[in-house]
Amino acid sequence: MTKIVVVTSGKGGVGKTTTSAALATGLALRGFKTTVIDFDVGLRNLDLIMGCERRVVYDLVNVINGDANIKQAVIKDKKVDNLFILPASQTRDKDALSQEGVEGVFRALREDMEMDYIICDSPAGIEKGALMAAYFADEAVVVTNPEVSSVRDSDRMIGILASKTRHAEEGKGDIPARLLLTRYSPERVEKGEMLSVEDVQEILAIELLGVIPESQAVLNASNAGSPVILDTDSDAGQAYSDAVARFLGDQLPHRFTTSNKKGLFGRLFGG
Amino acid sequence: MSIFSYLLPKKQSSASVAKERLQIIVARERSTRGGPDYLPQLQEELLQVVRKYVPVDQDAVNIQLDRESGCEILELNITLPEEAAQ
Repeated sequence: MTKIVVVTSGKGGVGKTTTSAALATGLALRGFKTTVIDFDVGLRNLDLIMGCERRVVYDLVNVINGDANIKQAVIKDKKVDNLFILPASQTRDKDALSQEGVEGVFRALREDMEMDYIICDSPAGIEKGALMAAYFADEAVVVTNPEVSSVRDSDRMIGILASKTRHAEEGKGDIPARLLLTRYSPERVEKGEMLSVEDVQEILAIELLGVIPESQAVLNASNAGSPVILDTDSDAGQAYSDAVARFLGDQLPHRFTTSNKKGLFGRLFGG
Repeated sequence: MSIFSYLLPKKQSSASVAKERLQIIVARERSTRGGPDYLPQLQEELLQVVRKYVPVDQDAVNIQLDRESGCEILELNITLPEEAAQ
């Protein structure tokens, strides 16, 4: 049974692509055959984050239009077994994504390639690309920054997920949507400068999949074109690993949500 | 934070301001969500009809759609200006 997962947020720049790359890589590392698809037609970037930008021949729209079959179009990852990437087209506009076409791509990934997971990296916004990435999903990961505009947009997106997916239209109810809070800074939360995990969870009222700390490792990973989850020494890499474990049903405590506490002396005299 | 800052009056943290603002706006946006798309247009047209007889403001018409076990209630509130109400 192939599971389709959409990674979405509404707002741009919150970490959807970083998360899609990490989640797909994490699932593949655990032995699940996984394809990650870039739905951001016109502005592809997943290929860069995955480090396969120079191996792109065909893309999502080529498969939809029948210029290439799915096996020709997916790029097999060089570092991780079971991991495949389907890039977005850079030249076409997003109207090229038809519902039938996207369904055909999923069918081919399921039947011809026997994928366990399909991760859909949604574009920002609530237009066609984002709606198509979400429409066939069985599950959603909502990526949010602890910041007002991101939280508001995520709430809007949760509303869209509840009404504009095939699941919802067929009357099967909402798809499970879980929150991934990224760029979290416990120090700033403790100073009262940033919304806390609890605050965001209270407002959005969905289950928490994980908290990814603000980390230099994320930029280092994208610079290198290697998903941050492979940087197993880094806080962000470990936080993503935990999130993947929780995604698969493990119960793990949340890490990296508190700063290193100062002692009494530091609290009395420190700045 | 030093010992002296405990003596100063506490200013509300920016995070708690953010949380309050979000709770209000999110609640408001959720109340209109999932409603039919024609609501804003309905509001506009109703306003035009009312304006044929009474000069009312743009925000004098308030439409709300509530859902209660199995039935939907379309609530319409028009605030008439004082002199017209007499």
